[in-house]
Order: sequence, then structure tokens, then C-alpha cells
Amino acid sequence: MDTQEHLRISKVGKIFKTSSGQYEALRDVDLAIEKGEFVSIIGHSGCGKSTLLNLVAGLEPLSYGAISLDGQIIKGPGPDRAVVFQNHSLLPWLTVYENVRLAVDKIFTGTRADGQRHDWVMANLELVNMEHAAHKRPAEISGGMKQRVGIARALSMEPKVLLMDEPFGALDALTRGHLQDSVMEIHARLGNTVIMITHDVDEAALLSDRIIMMSNGPAAGIGQISRVNVPRPRHRVELVEDPDYLSARAAVLRFLHEHRSEVAA
Amino acid sequence: MTDAALRLVSDAPNAEDAQQAGSPEPAGGQAPPPELGEVPKGWPDSGPAWLRDFLAMAVPAIVLPAVTFLLVLAAWSMVQASLVPELPTVQETWAKAVEVFSDPFYVYGPNDMGVAWQVMYSLARVLSGFALAVLVGLPAGFLIGTSRVFETAWMPLIQILRPVSPLAWLPIGLLLFKSVDPSAVFVIFITSIWPIILNTAVGVRAVPSDYTNVARVLNFNRSEMVRKIYIPATMPYILTGMQLSLGTAWMVIVAAEMLTGGIGIGFYIWDEWNNLSVPSIIVAIGIIGVVGIVLEALMKLVQRRFDYGNA
Repeated sequence: MDTQEHLRISKVGKIFKTSSGQYEALRDVDLAIEKGEFVSIIGHSGCGKSTLLNLVAGLEPLSYGAISLDGQIIKGPGPDRAVVFQNHSLLPWLTVYENVRLAVDKIFTGTRADGQRHDWVMANLELVNMEHAAHKRPAEISGGMKQRVGIARALSMEPKVLLMDEPFGALDALTRGHLQDSVMEIHARLGNTVIMITHDVDEAALLSDRIIMMSNGPAAGIGQISRVNVPRPRHRVELVEDPDYLSARAAVLRFLHEHRSEVAA
Repeated sequence: MTDAALRLVSDAPNAEDAQQAGSPEPAGGQAPPPELGEVPKGWPDSGPAWLRDFLAMAVPAIVLPAVTFLLVLAAWSMVQASLVPELPTVQETWAKAVEVFSDPFYVYGPNDMGVAWQVMYSLARVLSGFALAVLVGLPAGFLIGTSRVFETAWMPLIQILRPVSPLAWLPIGLLLFKSVDPSAVFVIFITSIWPIILNTAVGVRAVPSDYTNVARVLNFNRSEMVRKIYIPATMPYILTGMQLSLGTAWMVIVAAEMLTGGIGIGFYIWDEWNNLSVPSIIVAIGIIGVVGIVLEALMKLVQRRFDYGNA
């Protein structure tokens, strides 16, 4: 298999039709992502990073260009591109177990027996250390726990690509650190391709193989790409003095500083 | 229109809040209210903590409403004695209540039955009309909530009909069904259907796109989308609509039965008025109130089952 052609975003653009005319959110975005690669997308608010993720997820239609996954053109949403949503998006009337089970039943009914599906739900909850809360409702667990369950639900779909939209944005620093470590561990174990949107420079540098920096909208695009040449497994404490880590981090900071928006308060 | 529906949705909890906020008033009356922190005379300052806690909770909860009841009874007696001698006395009314409740299930003929039967006939009409309204109103609300075409097509008509007193439909019911019983059910159906349609439509529109996006990633088909996402997500709104409907239906049935006659608590009141038995009417008012509270409490129980909390 040609690894270069795992996920291919070719000359993609997105134009929204609004009540006050057209808004060009993205212009000519071109990117190839390798299998198993961890890519972060970073940029200022309103630079269209979420839009780009939604295009890959298939939740929004493209205005032009094409996105392909393993040679197949993406035409709509699907479980091969599971999304971890910014605000966890757990269904509040279902328990933690049922939230994951909903996805597992939809995808594996017909190919796996009932007992196997149950085991698979529990395996994914164990992966994010949430098996102890399987029968709690989302309202009964903390924000960090909800986000863990959201990750378990996405992983249970056995996606080719895991899409994460600012997954830790709403969490406190300590919880965020724990979850970042968990995500690194899971990535090391499963080798999924991951695209993560973030506005946190340290998070991007810690987790990513490559950091995609987006210019400001309208007509946002890829401004610069920085590779983080730090071997895995990575440990946040040791990284503090790693020259490769520091140079990647500095590149992102410089980019964001140069592209800070004039209107931003 | 959305405003009106939203207001319907928000009315019930607000009213409840107001009640709760209003109830723990200090017991004023004869003595001047004690200073903050001062222990009133006769307060059990010794004794076990649980007893003090219980009294602190029970005294305002029981004593305050009891005082209100007594004040109203006193006012009633005074008005009766000095201004309106036609009003029955409290004692007469009490005697009537004892009589009515001593044999609530008697049957002396199709037009002369105990008060329990009157209430049950009324409840049966309310529940039939209400059930029909749920059967029609839920699908209608879902269609209006999910489809712009349906909303544009139907909302103007619904807006025109919604403020009409349901009793205005009674002659139409009589014309359609040629019989009073289905006509009363028809009036209750009309009463109940608007809040159910509007609250369901608002609930469907309020389903967060996060939930539907989850379903889209999983490639849910339309039926799975409705069963697994829309219905559970809309349930709290639907139940608010049902609670409003049921409360109003119980009020409207009394008036409807006064017009249709036969049997039922509304007709009972009218019949007793014709018999000039005003004590019976006052007893019936009490019964209607208690049944209304029970209906509301039952709906609240169901609502609590579907309260998912803020996730």
C-alpha cells in the first residue's frame, strides 16, 4: 500500500452561503497524511480549523476539491472517520456503557455476536479507564470522564482516522495532562491515524508528528507545517529541555504571533 | 410563534419555583416576628436534634397552611353571617361533605350516582381526549419540528385556533357526533392538542446538532435517527406539553359537562345548582382541586423519570 495516499486532502475549499452573502472559509487546502500519523491543526479562532475537520468527517459538504481515504473519495460522514467532539456529545439519556454500545451495535451487529459486542464495549471503556463508571449517566461523571467516554466511543468504531475537535479545550490543566498522556498511550498501542484540532501550542508539540499551522480567515489555508522530530514514547517532563521539541514549539509560537489577528481583542 | 411555545415550556418550572420560594414565610400573626437568631417562646430548645429538625420543618409546613385555611373559613363565616345569607354555613357544608363521602359509590339510576362515579366519568373523558391528542399531536409536532415545509404550511392555522376557547368547539362536536359523550371528548382533544404539538415541535428543534452529528457519523437511517436520537432527546419537552394539556383539560371538562349534561363532576355542579344545593357545589370544588393536584403529581413523577440532568 502506498502510505503517502492514506488520507489525501486535494485542493479543498469551502464557501458558506450566509444571509449576508458568501463567506469563503477555506481556500486551496492541500495535505497528505500518512497511516498512523498524529497531526495537529492549530490556528487562531475563526481560521477554519473546525471547518476543515468537518470536511474530513463528511459532516459538511466540500465546495470544491476532494478528500480521499485509502483511495476512496469521501462523500459523507462514516464510522471510518470517528469524531471526538469538542463537548463530548454523549447522549444524556444513555449510560456510559450504552453510549458506547450504541456505536458498537450499529457497526458490528451482523458481524459480531452479542457477547462479543459487550466485550468490545468493555475493552474500549477499559482503554480509557472508565469501566468503573459503565452504568453511570453522563450527568453523574466529570467533564474529563465524559471526554474519555467520547474517546472510547470513537475508538470502538475501529476508525481508520480519529478526528478530535479541541478534545481537551474545556478541561482543567491537570485533567488535560492526564488525558493527553492517555491519548499518547492509546496512539502508541493502536497506531491510529489522528487529526487533532487544538489551540494549545504545548499540546500540539507534545502529541504530534506534524503541526499544521493555519493562516487566518477568510480564505484560510495552510500557512506552515512543522515536524516534531522527538522520538516516542514522549514524557512531558523530559521534553522541557529537548531541543527538537523546543524548536517545534518556538516555530508554532512565532507563526501564531505573526498571524495574530488585528481585530482580536 | 416560537416565543409563545417557549413561554409555554418555561411556565411550569417558574411557577413551581415561585411557590417554593414563597412557602417558608415566617409565621406572623399575633406576636411580633422574632428577631433573627432569637428563639421564639415555646420553641423546644432542649431535646434531641432530630426532634428539633423535624419540628423546624413540620411546623411551617403544616401550621402555615392550616392558619390560612382557618382564616378563609373565618372570612367565609363572617361574609355569610353579615353580607350574603344565601351562602351555606361552614357547618352545613361540612355536614354535606360527610354525607357525600359516606357513600360515594351509590347508583340510584343513570342520572343519580355517587360523587366518585361523577369524578370517574369526567376523568375517563379527560383521559380519552388527552390520549387521542397525544396520538395525533406527537407525530404532528415531529413533522412541524423537522420540516420547514410542514411548519410553514400548518403554523398559521394552529396559531389562529390555539387561542380559541375549546368550548367553542362543542357545537361542532355535537354536529359531528350527534351525541354528547364523544363531543365532550372532542372538546378535551382540542384542548390538549395545541400544547402537545407546540412543545413537541420546539423540543425537536432544540435537539443539539451534536447529537445528530453523532448519529450521522454512525450512518443512522431515518428511523434510527427518530427512535434513538429525536424521541429520547425531545421527551422532556413532550412531557411538559402533556402536563400543560392535562391541567387545562381537567379545567375545561367541568365547563364542558355543565353544557352537555348527563353525568360527570361538571354536570354534578350544575345539577346541584338547579337543586339549590350550594354546599354540594363547594364540596365538588374541593374534590376537583384535589383530583387536579393528583393528576399533576402523576405527570411530575413521569417527568422526573425522563430528567436526564445537565450532561
